[in-house]
Amino acid sequence: MNFGQFISYIASGTVYTVGVTLVALPSGLLIGTILALLYVYGGKTAARLMNLYSTIFRGVPPIVLLFILFFAVSKGINLSAFWAGSFSLGIVSSAYQMEIVRGALLSVSGDQLMAARAIGLSRLQAIRYVVLPQAIRLAIPPWSNEAAIIIKDSSLVYALGVPEILRRAQLIGASSQKYLLAYLSAAVIYFLLVFATSHLLSLLEKRLAIPSNP
Amino acid sequence: MPKPILTIKNLSKKYGGNVIFQDLSLTVNEGDTIVIIGPSGTGKSTLLRCLNLLTKPDGGQIWLDDQEITAKGTDEDHVRQHIGMVFQNFLLFNHLTALENVKLGLVRVKHMPEKEAETKALEELARVGLADRAGHYPGQLSGGQQQRVGIARALAMDPRVMLFDEPTSALDPELIGEVLEVMRKLALEGMTMVVVTHEMGFAREVADRIIFMEKGSIVEEGSPDALFYHPKFERTREFLWKITELYGKKEAQA
Repeated sequence: MNFGQFISYIASGTVYTVGVTLVALPSGLLIGTILALLYVYGGKTAARLMNLYSTIFRGVPPIVLLFILFFAVSKGINLSAFWAGSFSLGIVSSAYQMEIVRGALLSVSGDQLMAARAIGLSRLQAIRYVVLPQAIRLAIPPWSNEAAIIIKDSSLVYALGVPEILRRAQLIGASSQKYLLAYLSAAVIYFLLVFATSHLLSLLEKRLAIPSNP
Repeated sequence: MPKPILTIKNLSKKYGGNVIFQDLSLTVNEGDTIVIIGPSGTGKSTLLRCLNLLTKPDGGQIWLDDQEITAKGTDEDHVRQHIGMVFQNFLLFNHLTALENVKLGLVRVKHMPEKEAETKALEELARVGLADRAGHYPGQLSGGQQQRVGIARALAMDPRVMLFDEPTSALDPELIGEVLEVMRKLALEGMTMVVVTHEMGFAREVADRIIFMEKGSIVEEGSPDALFYHPKFERTREFLWKITELYGKKEAQA
């Protein structure tokens, strides 16, 4: 096996790494956003429940949740390692993303909501057309942080046997005895993925920035 | 025969154990410009917010035209589109251009087609002299311009009455004039207005009636001449003297 084959074997795991990320991050965002809206606008009981949700899922290591979902739940509903891993990460991430969105919602002044209600928008419309668009912009920098974490945490699904980057590095490292080269290659690929994502998100942040005079 | 647009009967509002105002009664007739003055903390802003139901009054009733809007089951969103509100801090939607700020209510509340809403929004911006700023974001406008967009946004809904909550208090002195000018024009066009302000020049010139409020109740009300030259109460005289001293200097010199 030459060097090119060695690297491309590891790099082909990128499909899974990106796949897990593309499931976990958006599902976490969707759940996190809905829960954040409930947290901020849903009254005291909802806020308490959401706080509990966030405390529990932020208090359990993702890998433990991964195992629970895979070994306990997936037996019943026949979930593949890929989906079980992706969804577990999504759920863990939803707790963090809820806090990100909640913080952003709270940063948009309550007066904006009031001004929207004053022209006759319903509460839901006011949140949708006035508060959320501003909150999303505020959420991008912390969200970019969460995206980086999920890309890196996607490596956890290797423990379930999903042939992603880390898993492949481990396999080829063992068979060729070139452990250092294998793990260094994995590190570089992860780094490039995170770097590119952060860069894209910072471009998005600039693009969405609300124009104002200095 | 004057036609009442807003009728307020025995309105009261408390926060916790604190009485903000109590047993307040007031009628606003069509075409009237009513100016409410009084020391800060006397419930003027809260009163305005009760009028368009942004704050729930604790007692009393309010009618908009013939409809009691404090009645149970009132569609508050529907009521609010008929009562325009202009805020001390402008409160434009920061992520939208001037045009989009004015258009939002037309499209989302009045369900106007996009094109029609745009035309109407541009008309309203022209009405406050800002047609050339339609594409600017609030952060690119001066305070005075922002407030005029705020007025256009409220006007676009074709309200029965406009409420102004200290519309010039947050402005630099040189920007106050342009906002007052727009309000003066509105009053002349016959818009019904309730204005909380410390601008005595504006009050004297434009108000049909001035209401002096203190500690949650109306101390005195009457025409500008009556209040400024023949106040019935010592307290009114004192307040007007003080406020003119503070705000009226430039005017006196001019």
